[in-house]
Amino acid sequence: MSYDYKRITLLSGHYGSGKTNIAVNMAFDMKKKSQNVTIADLDIVNPYFRTKDSQKELQDAGIKLICSEYANTNVDIPALPQDMYSVIDDKSQMAVIDIGGDDRGALALGRYSKGIVEENDYDMLLVINCFRPLTRDAKDTLAVMHEIENAGKIKFTGIVNNSNLGEETTAEDVLGSLKYASEISEITGLPVVATCVKEELFDELFEKIENLFALKLQKKII
Amino acid sequence: MSDKVLMKGNEAIAEAAIIAGCRHYFGYPITPQTEVAAYMAKRMPKIGGTFLQAESEIAAINMVYGVASTGKRVMTSSSSPGISLKGEGLSYLAGADLPSLVINVQRGGPGLGGIQPSQSDYFQATKGAAHGDFHMLVLAPSSVQEMADLTVKGFDLADKYRMTAMVLADGTMGQMMEPVSLDYEIGEPIEKPWATTGTKMERPHNIVNSLFLEPDVLEKSNFERYERYSYIEENECMYEEYMMDDAEICVTAFGIAARVSKNAINEARKKGIKVGLIRPITLWPFPKAPYKKAADKVKEIISVELSMGQMIEDVRLASECKVPVTLCNRVGGMIPTPEQVLEAIEKAAKGGNK
Repeated sequence: MSYDYKRITLLSGHYGSGKTNIAVNMAFDMKKKSQNVTIADLDIVNPYFRTKDSQKELQDAGIKLICSEYANTNVDIPALPQDMYSVIDDKSQMAVIDIGGDDRGALALGRYSKGIVEENDYDMLLVINCFRPLTRDAKDTLAVMHEIENAGKIKFTGIVNNSNLGEETTAEDVLGSLKYASEISEITGLPVVATCVKEELFDELFEKIENLFALKLQKKII
Repeated sequence: MSDKVLMKGNEAIAEAAIIAGCRHYFGYPITPQTEVAAYMAKRMPKIGGTFLQAESEIAAINMVYGVASTGKRVMTSSSSPGISLKGEGLSYLAGADLPSLVINVQRGGPGLGGIQPSQSDYFQATKGAAHGDFHMLVLAPSSVQEMADLTVKGFDLADKYRMTAMVLADGTMGQMMEPVSLDYEIGEPIEKPWATTGTKMERPHNIVNSLFLEPDVLEKSNFERYERYSYIEENECMYEEYMMDDAEICVTAFGIAARVSKNAINEARKKGIKVGLIRPITLWPFPKAPYKKAADKVKEIISVELSMGQMIEDVRLASECKVPVTLCNRVGGMIPTPEQVLEAIEKAAKGGNK
């Protein structure tokens, strides 16, 4: 992706909009340009699909993973990783932080946002998907956005359009979502920094969409 | 652009229930079904419905009893330990012949167990949810689309037969995301002349109750209920057969286990092994017919389950023990892999699993 990463990239948005998958893909993309890359899982909401599912791939690529030691276990409590502060304090590294869905997920971010805002070398990206039933239009998506900003005590700086229907997504579906993304961009004044597509659609859409980002599906369930 | 939406299984259940006319939901959070409640909490206030987080599962199921008595469509959802708590209420609903929809997104047990997927509440759902002679209609989805479809179907069947319908899903079904079409034609709600809606001084009182003072009257109500059950067993069985036409080995599984099994069957077919799948969609009534048919032509039936072997008992009965029925399973929140199922199929092809 041609996008210039800030030191910290925060991914937030409606529950199930694809944050974790994008976070993992962005970490790999960052690793191509920077030596020292960390991915941090701040999701306290979803006990089933976690950054930790990609632990092996991340390790092999030399990307540091910070996540709750209880991720993927039966310990069903919202726990934060103890080494999370190293992401904020150690400024020699690039980092992607995957934040849990909705305002409830963003609450955990509020604990760390002061340091991030003070350093002022971050992007807070809103992941949007117009095929999710509760964010089908700009109005509902903006409502979620404001809830997250209030809970996380940090403002968004950009938008990632991840409109998709999973494996059934067609090029038309992605093209059809551009209007939705640009409407949100116009209302908020935030740039659409990337439009995500599954790898198979990348070549077909490369010349039609600016800042296209190809996604490898992080975890496939049977 | 597609008119489908991308949904989690739990969300699909909630939205389908709303489309089916459900305006009353009572629940208590538990992983891995919490999104049903979270979705209802967001949607119900916007459409004039009731979302209520009860103080416990027991309270929630009794609130379901209350609304069901008025004839309105009502549901609750939980996961395994929470369903156990609802047991008493399920029996009372049956004793009072009330329609309701109950969702169980199963997790590993027994006890508090874990939060990962399981199918080990099969016995509970199909045979022993609580005390007394009764059944629930039990529907087992194996895709997010079916989570929605069977929710709508569950409300219809519950109303038609004045019973509780249970959607028996599991953690993966609840959590996985797939595109869903929610284009349903919902008919007029059926008449419920028994409902407690106020007499307006025009008719005798309707009484909703599961207490019978005379044993012979209670006996009669049981006999009548079981006549209805017989009719349901004759008329409402649902199942899918996959590549069974020339099958010499039969795999059987429901829900997530059926998806894993299909992948294994496709691989086995590439190796020239004639294997097919029977997937029950209704677990009660259990579809006996396809097993009876299969038992005359296959050499082994492999039951793939996320339990220590529960459905396998019904498979043995339905196939009248004519062929060996073996178990291929994982438990405790683990899921069988397609490779594990393929191995069982290959063993069956070579002479049989032990």
